[in-house]
Amino acid sequence: MYKSIIDYFEETVSRFPDKTAIVDSEGTIRFSVLAKNARNVALNILKATGNRRNCPIAVYMKKSKNTVIADMGISYSGNPYMNLDIKTPIDRIKAILEHVQPSMIITDQESSEKILQVSDRFRVMSIENISDNDTGVDVNVIYEGLLHQIDTDPSCIINTSGSTGIPKGVILNHKSFFDFLQWTTETFDLNSSTNIGSLSPSVFDIFVYEIWLMSVKGATITLLDENMAMFPAKLLEQMKTAEVNFIFWVPSIMVNIANMDLLSKISLEDLKLVWFAGEVFPTKQFNYWRRMLPWTKFANFYGPIEITLDCTYYIIEREFQDSEPLPIGFPCKNTDILILNEHDMPCGRKEEGELCVRGTSLAMGYYKNPEKTSSVFVQNPLNNDYPELIYRTGDIVYVNDHGEIVFKGRKDSLIKHMGYRIELGEIEHAVINKIGIVEYCCVVYNRQKKEITMFYESDEEISSGEFRKALMNLFPKYMIPTKYIKKDILPRNTNGKIDRNKLNEEVNS
Amino acid sequence: MDIIKSFFKEIRPEFDFDESKNFIQDGYLDSFDVITLVNMIEEKFGITIDGLDIIPENFCSYDSIKGMISKNGGKI
Repeated sequence: MYKSIIDYFEETVSRFPDKTAIVDSEGTIRFSVLAKNARNVALNILKATGNRRNCPIAVYMKKSKNTVIADMGISYSGNPYMNLDIKTPIDRIKAILEHVQPSMIITDQESSEKILQVSDRFRVMSIENISDNDTGVDVNVIYEGLLHQIDTDPSCIINTSGSTGIPKGVILNHKSFFDFLQWTTETFDLNSSTNIGSLSPSVFDIFVYEIWLMSVKGATITLLDENMAMFPAKLLEQMKTAEVNFIFWVPSIMVNIANMDLLSKISLEDLKLVWFAGEVFPTKQFNYWRRMLPWTKFANFYGPIEITLDCTYYIIEREFQDSEPLPIGFPCKNTDILILNEHDMPCGRKEEGELCVRGTSLAMGYYKNPEKTSSVFVQNPLNNDYPELIYRTGDIVYVNDHGEIVFKGRKDSLIKHMGYRIELGEIEHAVINKIGIVEYCCVVYNRQKKEITMFYESDEEISSGEFRKALMNLFPKYMIPTKYIKKDILPRNTNGKIDRNKLNEEVNS
Repeated sequence: MDIIKSFFKEIRPEFDFDESKNFIQDGYLDSFDVITLVNMIEEKFGITIDGLDIIPENFCSYDSIKGMISKNGGKI
């Protein structure tokens, strides 16, 4: 019986001790060595925290082999890991740390100086010092602790944009991963010969999935150079050399590769399986990929992190016109999708409604945030007889003539941009309240150009440089608007509120 | 050349690119910037830059960018 990622991992390590687990620019690591280093990390954690369990531990370092060692080490210690992005402005990191209060932070030598600036109140350890460090503590301490672990103990925390300025920490337990892992590995024949081309930042759920796939099936993770994401030709060459046969990416970079027509110049014969998720893949660019890689199977996945990875899938088999949207498809196994109208009743075919999810994949909620948790993890309105939670995604969908679910839009101002989830309200909140550069503004998303656009109310023109400079200290790059448009007066609706729909139409017409 | 400089001022107002010997090594540009820059160049010069030219060596200095524009048929 499997209770946690560690149970799977230990079995895999005993099956494939000498197989390569991870490849990065500095070399490779075998499963047996990864396990040894991870256990060392765990022993150091348990020693430092006095055997504390089920308390988050932050990981602050550039994505590398060490990130996986840290995440696995934290899992061995019976604690959930919370990966942080070193590119995020330090004030935002500080806000997350103060909110979550991890029992310690694991960093690397390169990033330690930066994290020490904000974290004098937190215990900080450098991975280089602990993955080889023999604590003298008996390794059985780990296994004694894991005896008490149950499958609904937290496995990791993933932060996502929140409208009030502090990201929401989604808590995922071990069990919530089991269904998707089991179902995907069976359906797509993922196994120890799978070589994953990993490109997602360590803060994405996709990276967490890759770690699970490595642990459960003995797949190899090839960490593609993050800095090469800006130079797709280099990236593809790296994939070709490494003989990557599976990628799970967000569409943004795939769109760039299509627009640059790189697949006709660099042939990826080994690439047999391509998954994408996180945002809508424009069909025109998708068709390019499909044309260029006729030997490859493609699948579109959909799901907010609150339901652990993804809850619907669509394997693309029929032909699609460039103008026809790719469906998000069908519910994944052991997951149920309810599409509810504004009266919380099930929608009929082609009727638009909110996608809600039922299943063991539901997250446990938001860390230290009961209000936000109870507003979206709610009693199933179709069941008044016993307690049963569903997650309300806020995504509007409908079922088409083929019986496939199609994504339509959002109930609120949340967007997906470069694979990240962004509350546009959070940007407005910062511009008005933290920077105070203007009194009124409204941020909308240009879906064609994939541009975050900010309208602001002012008598005088304010340079985009001025906005960007101020926002750079508060937000990661992907959240900063690219376009700034001045209006003497922003349009208001009858309640006197800024008319977001009108501005939305202005950029999306 | 001024036009390229103005692109950089727009994209990354907080950096002084004149000070840098290598924009990429100094970490002045990330993937968002490169794509934005390519779009700006393509629009301004009415050209399409070959995807195989979008490599670090062509984005490390004003001169290398200028060379890349010329190679792809832009008049600069």
